[in-house]
Amino acid sequence: MARVRPGEAANPAPPTVQRIRVRFAKRGRLRFLSHRDIARAFERAVRRAGVPVSHSHGFSPHPRLSWIGAAPTGAASEAEYLEIGLTREVDPAQLVDALDRALPSGLDVLEAAVATPPALADRIDAVRWAVELPGVAEGELRAAVEALLAEESVVIERVTPSGRKQIDVRKALVKAAVVTASNGPGLATGTAAVAGCAILTAVVRQTTPAVRPDDVLGALDVVAGLTPPVPARATRMAQGLLDDSGELADPLGTDRVTAQV
Amino acid sequence: MFPDLEPLLPRVSKPVQYVGGELNAQVADEDEWDATPVRWALMYPDAYEVGLPNQGVMILYEVLNERPDALAERCYAVWPDLEALLREHRVPAFTVDGHRPVGDFDVLGVSFSTELGYTNLLTTLDLAGIPLHTADRDESHPVVLMGGHAAFNPEPMTDFVDVVALGDGEEVVGDITGVIRDWKAKGRPGGRAELLDRLAVTDGCYVPARYDVTYGDDGAIAAVEPVGGAPRSVQKRTTRDLDDWPYPKAPLVPLAETVHERASVEIFRGCTRGCRFCQAGMITRPVRERSLQGIGEMVDTAVRASGFDEVGLLSLSSADHSEIAEITKGLADRYEGSNTSLSLPSTRVDAFNIDLANEISRNGRRSGLTFAPEGGSERIRRVINKMVSEEDLIRTVSEAFAQGWRQVKLYFMCGLPTEEDSDVLEIAGMAHRVIKAGRAASGHNDVRCTISIGGFVPKPHTPFQWAPQAHPDVVDERLRKLREAVNSDRRLGRNVGMRYHDGKPSLIEGLLARGDRRVGRVIERVWREGGRFDGWSEHFSFERWTEAAAAELGPLGVSLDWFTTRERDRDEVLPWDHLDSGLERDWLWDDWQEALAGGEQDDCRWTPCFDCGVCPSTGQDIQVGPSGTQLIPLTVASPVGGNRFGSA
Repeated sequence: MARVRPGEAANPAPPTVQRIRVRFAKRGRLRFLSHRDIARAFERAVRRAGVPVSHSHGFSPHPRLSWIGAAPTGAASEAEYLEIGLTREVDPAQLVDALDRALPSGLDVLEAAVATPPALADRIDAVRWAVELPGVAEGELRAAVEALLAEESVVIERVTPSGRKQIDVRKALVKAAVVTASNGPGLATGTAAVAGCAILTAVVRQTTPAVRPDDVLGALDVVAGLTPPVPARATRMAQGLLDDSGELADPLGTDRVTAQV
Repeated sequence: MFPDLEPLLPRVSKPVQYVGGELNAQVADEDEWDATPVRWALMYPDAYEVGLPNQGVMILYEVLNERPDALAERCYAVWPDLEALLREHRVPAFTVDGHRPVGDFDVLGVSFSTELGYTNLLTTLDLAGIPLHTADRDESHPVVLMGGHAAFNPEPMTDFVDVVALGDGEEVVGDITGVIRDWKAKGRPGGRAELLDRLAVTDGCYVPARYDVTYGDDGAIAAVEPVGGAPRSVQKRTTRDLDDWPYPKAPLVPLAETVHERASVEIFRGCTRGCRFCQAGMITRPVRERSLQGIGEMVDTAVRASGFDEVGLLSLSSADHSEIAEITKGLADRYEGSNTSLSLPSTRVDAFNIDLANEISRNGRRSGLTFAPEGGSERIRRVINKMVSEEDLIRTVSEAFAQGWRQVKLYFMCGLPTEEDSDVLEIAGMAHRVIKAGRAASGHNDVRCTISIGGFVPKPHTPFQWAPQAHPDVVDERLRKLREAVNSDRRLGRNVGMRYHDGKPSLIEGLLARGDRRVGRVIERVWREGGRFDGWSEHFSFERWTEAAAAELGPLGVSLDWFTTRERDRDEVLPWDHLDSGLERDWLWDDWQEALAGGEQDDCRWTPCFDCGVCPSTGQDIQVGPSGTQLIPLTVASPVGGNRFGSA
């Protein structure tokens, strides 16, 4: 524990009186942002916007921004979440507006709600992904998905900085389907869906380690030898609690306010 | 061309550095691009994380984008992983703002802070499809322009650059824009040759191809002769009043992590301390202070526009601003309780500095103080004219430790002219005494002293431009002995950290810094053999440089040693003699002799003029306060001020 030495002032940080949960999107070329990049961008944006964010105590006070399960670098997202601690109560709609204007285009704040129990982490146990596969024919993808769903367990290996990890993709996969470009889900990767681009949607249960879109593609390679000619573009479409029908419940609940754009 | 680049990005490390989209970045749309006569690609020839925070590029980016007849986008060196993919997929070098091919611009302007970035320019030229050699380019290619401190001896790069801009850039970029604009408007009369002729007579612009260099039998330069209408000597540009140039107004805020995560405000330019090793201090004279009010406004603008939580007050020796106490106190008052901290690159060692440091840390951290005695012994400090007594240093660090600071960093150089082992070994004694003083003053044993040592490289336009550079073996051996001496007392040595790099890159930096046109072929050979990012130890190959130097210079009767470890005499024509930094050559020589005799030179900011020649030749006097103005007490309503977020 740090001792207060002569000449060092105690940090007079005001307490947190309100917490607001925010949903934001990472779109277009900003999909290449890492979680750390995004955290830094938000720290600066709250300052620029004059948001009365509360700070941790100590010699190196940090703004109280709590993050939950960031989408991987390179994946776009329509459903990223964070919780902001505030030193006075603010109107969530105003927060959405101010924060969105202070962030670069491509990090877009979509909606917010005053935090109520249970915790955000307890409101999310699954993710819905959409993966664009340019150059992959729809029929080929459909066959591969059917082959994957027919298995009970498909294990792939992922190389991480801490070594090789075995991941059972099939076990985490709740459902998967193929949609055609024309009736696709409106992806946010900044590129219009084109003919010849098959789109995979998948609902994946949260596991440790998390099953990422790349892992699902890896599993399709294992079961059906599917190898996309160019890198796929994944977008996290939603996060939430799985219900019995395999749909996701909105983690911000019914109190949320949405951006006025 | 982003769609061409995008599929490659998932396959490279840190792709975010190539996507642009920074806050305050400016991207021209197609209409604006078509309507703008002069389009600049500004390059910082190092990795994005190093290049983005560069103040020079940021200033010129804004200055140019404010002009109706110009636009500017930025580019940086790409890492070898992306370079390989760009080649494989035939994707050209690009700007990060509009993702336009670099070859589509009218000017490629490169700012060289260090010579070790030279090979990176060749990579960009090649990836952009621009011929490497200026002689092979035609009207369809951009003008390749070199600026920055290294431009004061651009001779090793003259095969590759068309134009060199000397000195401050704010005004010369406008003049160059005008020349290119008019030439294009008139239908490019005389082609590229005439454009270069016009630029050769533009103030502050040096067109190497308009000068013939001949060599004597001794290997040295015989003569440098202008051809056509080029002037005999090119004088540097000097921006007179910094208050007229409050840039950057809206600092670029990167999304990726960079080496400096702060807003920077330049509080003065130039330095008159007269440290003889310091090229920056020599070539940026005279001192021009930004006013208190100007600084106050720039800090406010920068914090509001960026959201940074740290503001750096930049200059070559920030504690020397005549109103620094008022500046720091005023800013600390303004940002009290806002978690906005100030930083001051401080080099002076005196009690005044501690007051400043305390003021600066009022709203932030109090971790470490940095001083730069540069030399270990009193004797060597007289040689380099860095007049710091050890007594002052110990008194200052005692004061600092007594006030709660825990760590002191000391910067030194090794390989200085006339240096002997004993001069370097005295660094150990100094570090030990700092620890002792720190323990006594703080009342506990938990104090740190880090000594950081760099290899000295003699630079053009300094009194040491004639000096022999120390061989890396000598430097490495002295540092080995120093480490032994530091650890000779375990009880004190364990609180001393020592950081240094081996001396080899310094020798190559020395070759590039004081080389002439013949060194260009060494650079090209190194680059062709894979030389990239020479400022990065994991990419730098000493053998590649020494072998290329032997192969290319040997047949010409010169060598790596000839350019580096050889002492020059007074009459030798130096490769940069025709480039005028304002300093009198005779004054530099006298100061070099004075250094060898161990004599000091005062700071002319506070003492009478000693005729270095800069003021008369730049038509400018030193400008120091007090300005008679006040730091405007801006009201700080919300944490960073402003009214963008109403009260609940």
